[in-house]
Amino acid sequence: MKNVIFAGVGGQGVILASKVLMEVSMKNGFDVKESEVHGMAQRGGSVDCHIRFGKDVASPLIPKGGADYIICLELLEAMRKLDYLKPGATLIVNREQINPAPVEIGAMKYPEDIEDFMKKNFAGTIIVDTAEALKEAGTKKALNIVMLGCLSKFLDFKIEDWESAIKALVTEKFIEQNLKAFNLGRGLV
Amino acid sequence: MTKKVMLGNEAIARGAWEAGCNVAAGYPGTPSTEILETMARDYREVKSQWSPNEKVALEVAAGAAVAGARSLATMKHVGLNVAADPLFTFSYTGVNGGLVIINADDPGAWSSQNEQDNRHIARAAKLPMVDPASPAEAKEFTKLAFEISEQFDRPVLVRITTRIAHSQGPVDLGKREDVPLKPCTRNPRKFVMLPAHARLRHVFIEEQMIRLREYSCTSGLNRIEWKNKKRGIITNGVAYQYVKEVCPDDSILKIGMVWPLPDDMIREFASQVEDLYVVEELDPFIEEHVKALGYKVTGKDLVPLCGELTPEIVDLAINKKQVQKAVPDYTGDLPGRPPGLCKGCPHAFVFNVLKKLDYTVNGDIGCYTLGALPPYGTMHSQGCMGASIGMHLGFEKARGDEAARSTVAVIGDSTFIHSGITGLIDMVYNKGTGTVMIMDNRVTAMTGHQENPATGYTLMGEPTHELDLEMMVRACGVKRVVVIDPKNVDDLERVIKEEVAAREPSVIITRRKCILKK
Repeated sequence: MKNVIFAGVGGQGVILASKVLMEVSMKNGFDVKESEVHGMAQRGGSVDCHIRFGKDVASPLIPKGGADYIICLELLEAMRKLDYLKPGATLIVNREQINPAPVEIGAMKYPEDIEDFMKKNFAGTIIVDTAEALKEAGTKKALNIVMLGCLSKFLDFKIEDWESAIKALVTEKFIEQNLKAFNLGRGLV
Repeated sequence: MTKKVMLGNEAIARGAWEAGCNVAAGYPGTPSTEILETMARDYREVKSQWSPNEKVALEVAAGAAVAGARSLATMKHVGLNVAADPLFTFSYTGVNGGLVIINADDPGAWSSQNEQDNRHIARAAKLPMVDPASPAEAKEFTKLAFEISEQFDRPVLVRITTRIAHSQGPVDLGKREDVPLKPCTRNPRKFVMLPAHARLRHVFIEEQMIRLREYSCTSGLNRIEWKNKKRGIITNGVAYQYVKEVCPDDSILKIGMVWPLPDDMIREFASQVEDLYVVEELDPFIEEHVKALGYKVTGKDLVPLCGELTPEIVDLAINKKQVQKAVPDYTGDLPGRPPGLCKGCPHAFVFNVLKKLDYTVNGDIGCYTLGALPPYGTMHSQGCMGASIGMHLGFEKARGDEAARSTVAVIGDSTFIHSGITGLIDMVYNKGTGTVMIMDNRVTAMTGHQENPATGYTLMGEPTHELDLEMMVRACGVKRVVVIDPKNVDDLERVIKEEVAAREPSVIITRRKCILKK
């Protein structure tokens, strides 16, 4: 069984990314389960999706210490997920800082040592710079799909399966942009 | 059979549709909202609607059931409190067409004001309750709930929790059953609950409970998965999945029908295992029942009573297994990321002014509850849907009308319609002099933008009468009514001061479209 966590800030599109991964896993004959967050927590708060695929999946939640891949769309949010990493797992983090409310109002500081901490303490850490790719894709909204592209390099699924899942789940007029974003993401790792 | 990945809530809509459901009503509330949204989007032959509140929604569904149709009501756990009055007596009348009520509990209070465990309501209202453990079961159990309802003449509760409602998994897709309307005849001894009729119906439902207890053992909803008999675990809902994962060698009694519980099956299981455990979220509901049957059982001594469970929490409680961390703890301070009002949110203008004036604010349920948090920090109270206005009057009764000169109630458009109107009538009737601010952002925003009676559209997307809030509050007897765009903050501040100073009831409607509404 493979366990993947997508994490980020409400509005970054982690649910769509997880839907694409589920679709691809199903297509490849796996049982799949996922758990996500809706409602008040979504209003700019921390959000995550747990996706599990394999022969027979019971729990929709990944236990702490059980994630094979954690894909994080924001630096600080990655720090909250470190307990979920399995030894030997891969942690892919977008180099972006989005200040939470306590930092915005000056009550707390955004930690400056996040990247160093992760690199120093977890060998499977990959920090990606998505700014160029997003510029080329033509929309910052495709960050979720760029990060999915990064993940796809580590999973044994065919490119065509990823692409047809994206086509099936993304609004029609944004399909081209997202396919491009996906392939740009693959180039980042 | 075709399989599709579905959200638990989508699977429930599918199950009701396949069962031939004709009428569906509810009020939005996380984690239940997507059920009716899915129904209106994908299953157009079901007449689906948002009602002003859960009580009315259940009454609509019950009316449809008495009229002979299979019908559905959906709501979150605290919504079932609002609908408790019809629920407890429709339990007596029973049904004609099947009546299924979806109740979504929220362990962990992800999007709720409390963590109440509504399994108690099934017991108190003497109603059967099924409790699925996955999206696939959510669909199957919903379908079956209609059968149970008609077979036993009982409304049936389907209990889901956040991790069922908002988890996805493969679901088998079936066809829609063609269920014709049942004949509807005048039958007052069944459907008119005069005391003389109610006494007889009470006897009937107690008899049905005995039959249901038997059904609970034979229906397959509850099942024993025998493995090693050293340890046996009774579990329900999503907790079953956690147990299966962290205790793969133990015997399990999986509870899918959580009321009435399968006594004989519990006896069979308990008498054959050496150590008996119950793993359940929230209250020791099953545990106390098992104890009452005379068995020694370990449950809430080890499994947390508060918050939702997770695989690792169950692993620690039952197996004493600690999480092995791959990364050492970070020793610095990590700022939290609490949810907040969106940039440009119309509520923010109001809270900035209220903060400046430093008024006492009685709040209500919606996005605007976030006005309690920094940077606003304005709210003194918030409890349940519609409470702000009654509490506002209570403040004035307790502290005198001078206190009302620096106090306001804030309530959203949908919440006002849900259960704020009666509070306002009370304020006028009982001579309050306070100010109520209806923060009208033209949508039910918090739960993800649903229509309500003041938006002019139905759940099905049809144009309809748009409730005139201004006329409504005037009809309640409020003479001082001001409608203002909160973006004009200077005017807003002046208006609030004037209305709060006036020694008679007043309503300020701050009207500006939610920033996320197209």
